[in-house]
Amino acid sequence: MEAVQDPNLSAAEQLALVLRDRMAEEFSAGTKIEGLVRLSAGASRETWSFDAVKPDGTRQLLILKRDPMARQADKKFEGVPEGRLAVGRLVEGRLLQLAREAGAPAPIIPFMLNKDERTTEGFFSHRLEGETLGRRILREEAYAAARPKLAYAVGHAAARFHGIALDKLPAMRGLPAGEELLHYRTIMDSFHQPHAGFEYGFRWLAERLELAGERYALCHGDYRNGNIIVDEDGLAGVLDWESAHLGNPSSDLGWMCVRAWRYGYHDKVVGGFGSVSDLLDGYEAGGAGRISEDEIHFWQVFGTLRWGILCMILGFTHIDGEQRTVEYAGIGRRAAETEYDLLQLLD
Amino acid sequence: MPTDRPNIAELVEAVREFLTDHVGPNVEGQLAFHTRVAVNALAIVERTLDQGGAMDDAELIRLKALLKQDGDLQEMNAALARAIRGGELDDQRGAVLEHLRLTAADKIALANPRYLTPRG
Repeated sequence: MEAVQDPNLSAAEQLALVLRDRMAEEFSAGTKIEGLVRLSAGASRETWSFDAVKPDGTRQLLILKRDPMARQADKKFEGVPEGRLAVGRLVEGRLLQLAREAGAPAPIIPFMLNKDERTTEGFFSHRLEGETLGRRILREEAYAAARPKLAYAVGHAAARFHGIALDKLPAMRGLPAGEELLHYRTIMDSFHQPHAGFEYGFRWLAERLELAGERYALCHGDYRNGNIIVDEDGLAGVLDWESAHLGNPSSDLGWMCVRAWRYGYHDKVVGGFGSVSDLLDGYEAGGAGRISEDEIHFWQVFGTLRWGILCMILGFTHIDGEQRTVEYAGIGRRAAETEYDLLQLLD
Repeated sequence: MPTDRPNIAELVEAVREFLTDHVGPNVEGQLAFHTRVAVNALAIVERTLDQGGAMDDAELIRLKALLKQDGDLQEMNAALARAIRGGELDDQRGAVLEHLRLTAADKIALANPRYLTPRG
């Protein structure tokens, strides 16, 4: 069933009708929708904020994250098997519930939104107060007391969700380190633009695959400053689980150490807010054991190379004409920053 | 190439100044963001016009020494990428890494020179 936008309604008007009916099911008939506003301007997901006001006047502050009504086809790469790489919204909502149950900070997910003729699928979450923009988390005075705690907190949170038993998880793609490496190299090859710096990175990693570690667990897949919500006390939630998969959990920790999300605070390796030793201390305290510096370094190199390939993907999304925008043209050139970082990390 | 003044660098500069001085202050939101991205892109073009030729010459000299073959920059870079993947340069890793780092530093000097100056 394909959701269709009624041409006589605005997107917000049609969604308000969907929400009115859905809130009537969850709360009671007569629950009103107030303050409905779209938060994200991104084309890949829609995020909406609203208040559900029950007939007795009590108010539930909610967020809806759903698939876009005008769905774009996933980008295809020559040589990369087709198949959905990202998880769907229902799985994402379920993972947030499981993470919270496991003791990682995450918003409450009270119920989901199934797709029908009026809406794509999504999930609802209780609205958390706090900041998600990485740059603001690192600069604003309001988070000065929170910042020194964040590296430990993101380590601790990761240990909690990495510890979720595999048999409790919904079906997800499995991506062991060697396969993931090949995946990104195949994507690079699909652009037919030889890249000696990235080749060096791929070879370095392929020769050291044993450093990736043996563990296999739920990986967030995009665990970085930018996908967490921070309040004045510290880490309030781990968000945006759409890249979740099964793989080596240290990949999440290495990704958190990639320079691109330090926003200029290079001396604070973890997200621009803290140190690797704090990250590993938090991780150990969270019950996932002590990870070696070599393993983290391997995954930091991996993450840096992965970010470089993602910059290339966006650059070629523009060049190939799928989405012509000066923004993606600019990001394509940011691959040079990643290459520079990568080569500094290698020997 | 037959050309009058303003030359190519001066034209790019004119467009960049137009975007910075006249478009930027009069737009907001995504359009303001995209204007800044466009200004940065033109600044890359200006730096490349200014410094790119000398960088190309130096890169080609290094590649010839490393690969012990001749060709243009594109061919030589493709050959280097193949050789690294094939492991043919494994016994010269230090020299390869040094070359790659110099090349990457030049790329950054064109694409985003501020990247090399930490703030905080």
